[in-house]
Amino acid sequence: MFAAIHGAPGDSEMLLRLAQEFSPNIEQTAADTVALDADGLERIHGLPQQIAAAVARRAVDRGLQASVAIAANLDTAVHAARGFAGVSVIPYGDEAKYLGSLPLTLLCPTPEMRETLERWGIRRFRDLAALPELGLAERLGPEGLRLHKLARGAGDRPLVPVKEPLHFEEEAELDYPLELLEPLMFVLARLLHDLRARLVAHGWAANELRLRLKLENQGEHIRTLRFPVPMLDTKAFLKLLDLDLGAHPPPSPVVKVWLQAEPAKPRAAQTGLFIPLSPEPEKLEITLARLKLLVGAQNVGSPALLDTHRPGAFQMLARPLAPSPVGPMAPLLPLRALRPPRTARVQMAAGQPVHVQSEGVRGHVVASAGPWRTSGDWWTHDPWARDEWDVALSDGALYRIYSEQGRWFVDGSYD
Amino acid sequence: MGAVALGRDFQFKVIWQQVCPSGIAGVDALAGGLPQGCLTEIYGPASSGRTSLMLSALAQSTAHENVCALVDTNDAFDPMSAAAAGVRLERLLWVRCGGNAEHALKAADLLAQSGGFGLIAMDLADTPAIHARRISMTSWFRLRRAVEHTPTVLLVVEQQPLAKTCASLTLEMRREKSSWSGAPGCSRLLRGIRVHVDRRKPVPALAASFESRW
Repeated sequence: MFAAIHGAPGDSEMLLRLAQEFSPNIEQTAADTVALDADGLERIHGLPQQIAAAVARRAVDRGLQASVAIAANLDTAVHAARGFAGVSVIPYGDEAKYLGSLPLTLLCPTPEMRETLERWGIRRFRDLAALPELGLAERLGPEGLRLHKLARGAGDRPLVPVKEPLHFEEEAELDYPLELLEPLMFVLARLLHDLRARLVAHGWAANELRLRLKLENQGEHIRTLRFPVPMLDTKAFLKLLDLDLGAHPPPSPVVKVWLQAEPAKPRAAQTGLFIPLSPEPEKLEITLARLKLLVGAQNVGSPALLDTHRPGAFQMLARPLAPSPVGPMAPLLPLRALRPPRTARVQMAAGQPVHVQSEGVRGHVVASAGPWRTSGDWWTHDPWARDEWDVALSDGALYRIYSEQGRWFVDGSYD
Repeated sequence: MGAVALGRDFQFKVIWQQVCPSGIAGVDALAGGLPQGCLTEIYGPASSGRTSLMLSALAQSTAHENVCALVDTNDAFDPMSAAAAGVRLERLLWVRCGGNAEHALKAADLLAQSGGFGLIAMDLADTPAIHARRISMTSWFRLRRAVEHTPTVLLVVEQQPLAKTCASLTLEMRREKSSWSGAPGCSRLLRGIRVHVDRRKPVPALAASFESRW
């Protein structure tokens, strides 16, 4: 059973709200017409006439000039609402009889079709319904058949419900301000549970969580957690929020909590015996959050080289990049960097270093190679130029030292 | 199962079921590779080739698409050297601990507990022995226990052996010689070092050597 409400074109928003009061399944068939699934309303309102009367009363309460119709199929209800003023109830089986007097313009035929039908003298539903189906199909094709079916009140299309934009947000107003994180976590756990249930019901996961805390001092504390993959694990969400709030605690007691999730398609991963070893994204995210709390966010990530010849230039990336085609090579003599480079005192003889002294590094130079003069970025505000030496000291280690602007530094050791 | 030739008539079969190649033939011949689910210690003085071996193992593991982690106690990791050694940096998680050995230990524990890493390297090579020795045996047991029965290789680089009974494979490294080319003066070049590796554990002790070239 379907109900249709027809009003003024400017009242489309109010018509939608009126329909939503009676059913979650509504369809806006035109700017001035809304249809709704009325199945089950008889348990609340009684007979179809009473349902139609309830809708009409509610429309009057809202100040709407609307006509209401109820029928067994959607198209009949819509045409009746658009064609008859007031309240109409079309009994099942009598659709053709009731709709017969309506003008054909309600069926919205194409201009060519309307011209043809007018030439034939067909102006009402009953005129079209009386035509033989086979002859109509031969002359007007499928569109003619469709109009014929609608004119007989025999439409059978399903209702196409209006999709509301998905908005996953939960909120909780607290009875008293929370000062500690632990009781706040209990509140967040409940909100996360509800949020997850709604996400699961819609077949979504979350790739971002936004937490908004209203504070006792009227301020707000906002934290956003972005995940590398869509997740649905409440425990992981809670742990990440716990770690994040531990690192960035709200400055004042909390009086209200909003938690919003950004929906995303759930991750689909194919597992297999020969897939390379990598951590589970949920676990990795928690581990990274813990590591950032331990050593600082700037000290955790994947290193990436910069497009420069400046020694020791690199950047830390929070997320891994796409794989590069580099493979294992023969063992190369790597440098162990000293950050920052240690200032040193270097004695020179005949242009060669003979003694190096620095914090933790001291010895006579046994062998040396250099100087290797490098420079770059002279066209920027941060140029560099240095003379490098590789030295073997009497302490048994190999070092790279360099001089820059008359000062000596130990850059690191070879290992 | 890894196998190492000992002389002409005797073959010693190592007990590890799964090993990862270190990328250095001499070291792989000593132990069959780096054992998975076990703690491996590499120790030696400065410039003894410890970092060369660690980067080679990381390069091997990342080349097989594994995600690896490096707990860098003293912030000594040089990404340029690592990239030159073949480490795929985008598959490496680098944790810099700013000289705090306690943080390094906690970070290694978190990573080991998290699971899913092909190799976790803990670099204590620049941590003074007096500080490194303060790490309790309980911590080493905990680390070993965390990777047990997992395909993760736990590699610890240090100056002296610290994990003792918790380590399944212990390699001592020392530099045999360094190679220079050219006459002393401005044309001289550091060409590389020759490294001697002794397997201290498991017994019997075995030795190998390799060259790490500049």
